[in-house]
Amino acid sequence: MSRLLEVNQLQVHIKTQHGIVQAVRGISFYLDEQETLAIVGESGSGKSISVKSIMGLLPKNGKIVGGSILLEGKDLSKYSERQMQTIRGSDISMIFQDPMTSLNPTMTIGKQIVEVLKEHRKDMTKTQMKDRALELISLVGISNPETRFDQYPHQLSGGMRQRVVIAVALACDPKILIADEPTTALDVTIQAQILDLMKDLQKKIKTSIIIITHNLGVVANIADRVAVMYGGQLVESADVRELFYQTEHPYTKGLLASIPKASHKGGELTAIHGTPPDLMDPPKGCPFAARCTKTMEVCRQYPPEDMLCGESHHARCWLLDERAKAFRE
Amino acid sequence: MIKYICKRLVYLALTLWVIVTATFFLMKKLPGSPFDSERFNMMSAQQQQAILEQYGLNESVPRQYVKYMGNILHGDFGTSFTYTGQKVSTVIGGRIGPSALIGLQAVLIGLAVGLTLGIIAAWRHNSGIDYFTMIVAVLGVSVPNFVAAALLQYYVALKWGILPVGFWTDWKCSVLPSIALSFSATAMIARFIRTEMLEVLEQDYIVTAKAKGLSPMKVLMRHAVRNSIIPVVTILGPIVVNLLTGSLAVENIYTIPGIGSLFVDSIKANDYSTIMGITIFYSAFYIFVVLIVDIAYSLIDPRIRLAAGKEG
Amino acid sequence: MDELFVKAYVDESEKEHIARPNLTALQDGWLRLKKNKAAVVCLFTLIAIGLLAILAPEFSRYSYKETNYDIIYQIPSMEHFFGTDQFGRDLWVRTWMGTRISLLIAFVAALLDLTLGVTYGAVSALAGGKVDAVMQRIIEVLVGIPHLIIVILLMMVMPAGIWTIVVALSITGWVNMARLVRGSILKLKNQEFVLAARVLGTSTAGIIWKHLIPNTVGVIVINAMFTIPSAIFTEAFLSFIGIGMQEPKASLGVLINNGYQVLRNFPHVLIFPAIVIVLIMVCFSILGDGLRDALDPRMRK
Repeated sequence: MSRLLEVNQLQVHIKTQHGIVQAVRGISFYLDEQETLAIVGESGSGKSISVKSIMGLLPKNGKIVGGSILLEGKDLSKYSERQMQTIRGSDISMIFQDPMTSLNPTMTIGKQIVEVLKEHRKDMTKTQMKDRALELISLVGISNPETRFDQYPHQLSGGMRQRVVIAVALACDPKILIADEPTTALDVTIQAQILDLMKDLQKKIKTSIIIITHNLGVVANIADRVAVMYGGQLVESADVRELFYQTEHPYTKGLLASIPKASHKGGELTAIHGTPPDLMDPPKGCPFAARCTKTMEVCRQYPPEDMLCGESHHARCWLLDERAKAFRE
Repeated sequence: MIKYICKRLVYLALTLWVIVTATFFLMKKLPGSPFDSERFNMMSAQQQQAILEQYGLNESVPRQYVKYMGNILHGDFGTSFTYTGQKVSTVIGGRIGPSALIGLQAVLIGLAVGLTLGIIAAWRHNSGIDYFTMIVAVLGVSVPNFVAAALLQYYVALKWGILPVGFWTDWKCSVLPSIALSFSATAMIARFIRTEMLEVLEQDYIVTAKAKGLSPMKVLMRHAVRNSIIPVVTILGPIVVNLLTGSLAVENIYTIPGIGSLFVDSIKANDYSTIMGITIFYSAFYIFVVLIVDIAYSLIDPRIRLAAGKEG
Repeated sequence: MDELFVKAYVDESEKEHIARPNLTALQDGWLRLKKNKAAVVCLFTLIAIGLLAILAPEFSRYSYKETNYDIIYQIPSMEHFFGTDQFGRDLWVRTWMGTRISLLIAFVAALLDLTLGVTYGAVSALAGGKVDAVMQRIIEVLVGIPHLIIVILLMMVMPAGIWTIVVALSITGWVNMARLVRGSILKLKNQEFVLAARVLGTSTAGIIWKHLIPNTVGVIVINAMFTIPSAIFTEAFLSFIGIGMQEPKASLGVLINNGYQVLRNFPHVLIFPAIVIVLIMVCFSILGDGLRDALDPRMRK
C-alpha cells in the first residue's frame, strides 16, 4: 500500500555565519490517511526544520541536501518553487506556534481566509468564497461569523486567533495539516479546546495531521503514532501506547520521567542533565551519549543503527544490540 | 481619541507659546537695531521717535510683549522693517507659493524614489541593488543639502546647461531645487522602509502567507509592503524638519523667492518682525504636521485605532 | 568492536559544559564591530582625518590666515596641495584648520548635550513620580520646537565665535538624549535582572552603577555618534548662510561658503572642504550604524 506521505533519509543543512548546521541528519517517517503523527523533541532537535522542508518553507539559508519527500508518490523535494505554491495551502497546510503573530495585523480575518480560496479555488465566485469563509469561521467554533469576518486579528483573543489560523489552513480541505506547536503559546485551558477542535475537525474533513510538540500530554491526547527527535535524528518511533508503555530509548525514558506526576510529593523533579549536541559539529557516535545515564564506550564511537523492537516500533540505541546484553544486566 | 487630540492641542499651544516668548525676548536682546543705518541717525529726534512709535518700539519691553501676543492671536505679526509699510503676514503669505511647490515636489520625489529603492532593497537583501540603496541612504543623509544643491547647480545648470541656474520664471526653475531638496527625504525613506520591511519579512504572518501558497510577488505586495509602508508616516515629522532647514540654503542658492530665502535675508537685515513671524510660522507648521501625522497614523493602522479608541 | 559494550567513563564536569566564552556586553560589542568591515574602515578614516586636522596645520610652511596676493586661486600643486583661495591663502592648511574647528565644535557640543541630556533623563527616570511627570511635560513641550530655528536665533543674539555655536547647539540638542536615556532606564528598571538584584539586597547605588549604567552606555554612545555629525552639519550650515563663524577664521562651513561664491570659475576651492565634510559625515553615519548593530542586544544571535 502506498503511503500518503513518506519521508526518506531527509537531510537538511543550514548555513550560518559560524558554519553549517546539520539540522536534520537523515530522518525517515511516514504518514497514512487520517492518521495523526506527533513529532516530539526539545528545541533545536530539528523537528520544526523537518516539517518546514516538507512545506518547502525552509529559510533562505536552509537546503535539503539529501533524501526524498514523497506525497502520494511524487517527490516534493524535487518540486520547483512554483509547483510548491500549488501544493501549499491546498494539499498541505500548516499552522504555527504563535497565533498572536501568525495573522497579518492589518488585514481583516475574512480577507485572510478568502485569500487562500482565491489562490487555489479559481472556480469559486466571490460570494461563494465569502460563504465558504463564513462557514469555516463557524466550523472552527467562532460565533457571529458575520461580525468576525470584518474584524482585525487584534480584536480577537489568542485562542480565537488560533481558531482563525486553523480555519485558514483548512480552507481548501488539505490532505495533510501540519501543526507546529499549535498550543504552546496558549493558556492551558485553551490548549485543550484547540486540541479537541483539531481532533473533531480531523474526523469531519478526513485530513491527516502532523503535530510538532514538546508536550507529551498533547501527544497522549491527540496522536496515533509518535516520533521522537534528538540531535537531528529520529531516535524512537512507535504507536502512541507502545511508546508510553514499552519505551526503549533512554532519551524517551528521560522525557517521560521528567513529567511531574500528581502523586509526586517532595524531593527533586527528574530532569535530563546536560545540553543537546552542537549540530555544527555533531558527535560521531550516538548524539545522546553525552547525556545518557547508560553510556557505553561504543555509544561514543559509533552511531547506533535503526532497530526494530516490536511491530512498527523503531529505536536507535546500542542498548538494543545483543552484544549489550551483559551491560544491560 | 478626542481626549487624545485635545491633550495634544494643549501641548501644541504650550510649545508655540514657549517659541513665541523665547523668540520675542531673544530679538529684544539683539545687538544693533534695524534702524542703525546712517539715514536713521541723521533724522531728527522727533522723526526717530515717530518711527519707533510706528513700530511700537517706544514702549517698555513687557508692554511690547503683551501687545505682541495679543496681536498674534489676531493673526497680526507686525510690520516688516525692510519691506516698508508691509504687514509681515502679507510678506510671508506672498512667499508661500514657491516654497510650497518645491517642498511638495521634493516630498513626492522622495516618496517615489525612496519607497521603490527601499522595497526592492529589502526584497533582494544583500544584492547589488541593496548595496546601492544603502549607499544612497548614507550619502543622502551625509552630504549637506547646500553642498548637494551647489554641485547640482554647477554641473547640471552651469556646465551642461540642461536646466536653469536659478531665478523663478517658469516651472523648469523648480526642478533642480526640488531634486536638491529631496535627497535627504529620499535617503530617510529608503533606509526606513528597508529596515522596516526586513523586519516584516521575518514575521510569522509572512510565513503564513507563504504557507497559503501565495507567490512571492503576492506575499510581497499584499502582506509585506502594506505593513511596512504604514510606519513611514511616523518619519514625516523629521522629513519636514529637514525640508524646512534645507529650503533655507536651497532657496538661497537657486534664488527662489520663498520663505527660506526671506528668512535668511531678514536675518542679514536684522528685520525682527519678519524673523519672528517666520519663526512662528515654521514652528506652527512643523507642530501641526507632527500632530496630523500622529492622528493619520492612528487612523491608518488598525492596531492603533483600537488602542486610541479605548483611551478616548 | 564487542569489547566496546562496557560502561563509559563519564566526566561529570563535561556535562554542564557551556560552549560560549563569557563576554561582557562591551567586549561582545567590540568583537562584533570588528567583523563589520565598513565600520572599521570608517573608524580608521575618522582617526586619519582627526590626525590630519591636528597635525597638518602645525607642519606646514603656511598659516591659515597668511594672505599672498601674488598667488590667488592657484589650482592644486606640490606647493599647495589643495590650491589657494581669493587671498592666496593655502587651502590645504585652511581645510585642515577648518576640520579641526568643526570637529572641536562637534565634540564639545556633543559632550555638553550628552551631559545635560543624560543627567536630565537619568534624574527624571530615577526620581519617578511627580518630579518625573513635571520633567516629562517640559520635554514634551520642548520636543516640538524645530531646533535649527532656535539655534539661528541664538546665533544672532550672541557674539559670533566657536563658543556661541557650541552653546547654541547644546542648548537645543539635549532633549533627544534625555528622552532616550529616560526611556532606556525606565525599561531596565522593571526588568527581571534589576528586580532580582533588588530582591537580593543590592543597594540603589549598586543597581545604578552595576546594572543601569552599563546597560545604558550603548544607547548613549550610539546617540552621540549621530549627534556629532549633526553638529558638524549645523555648524557648516550656519556658516554657509552667513551667521556662523566669520572670516578669516576657518571652519568647513566657512570654506564651503567661500568656495560656493567662486564655484563657477574655481571649483577646487569648494571641492576639498566639501569632500572632507562628506567623508566625516559618511564615516560617522556608518560607524554609528555599526555600533548600533554591535551594541543592540536584540541583534545578538
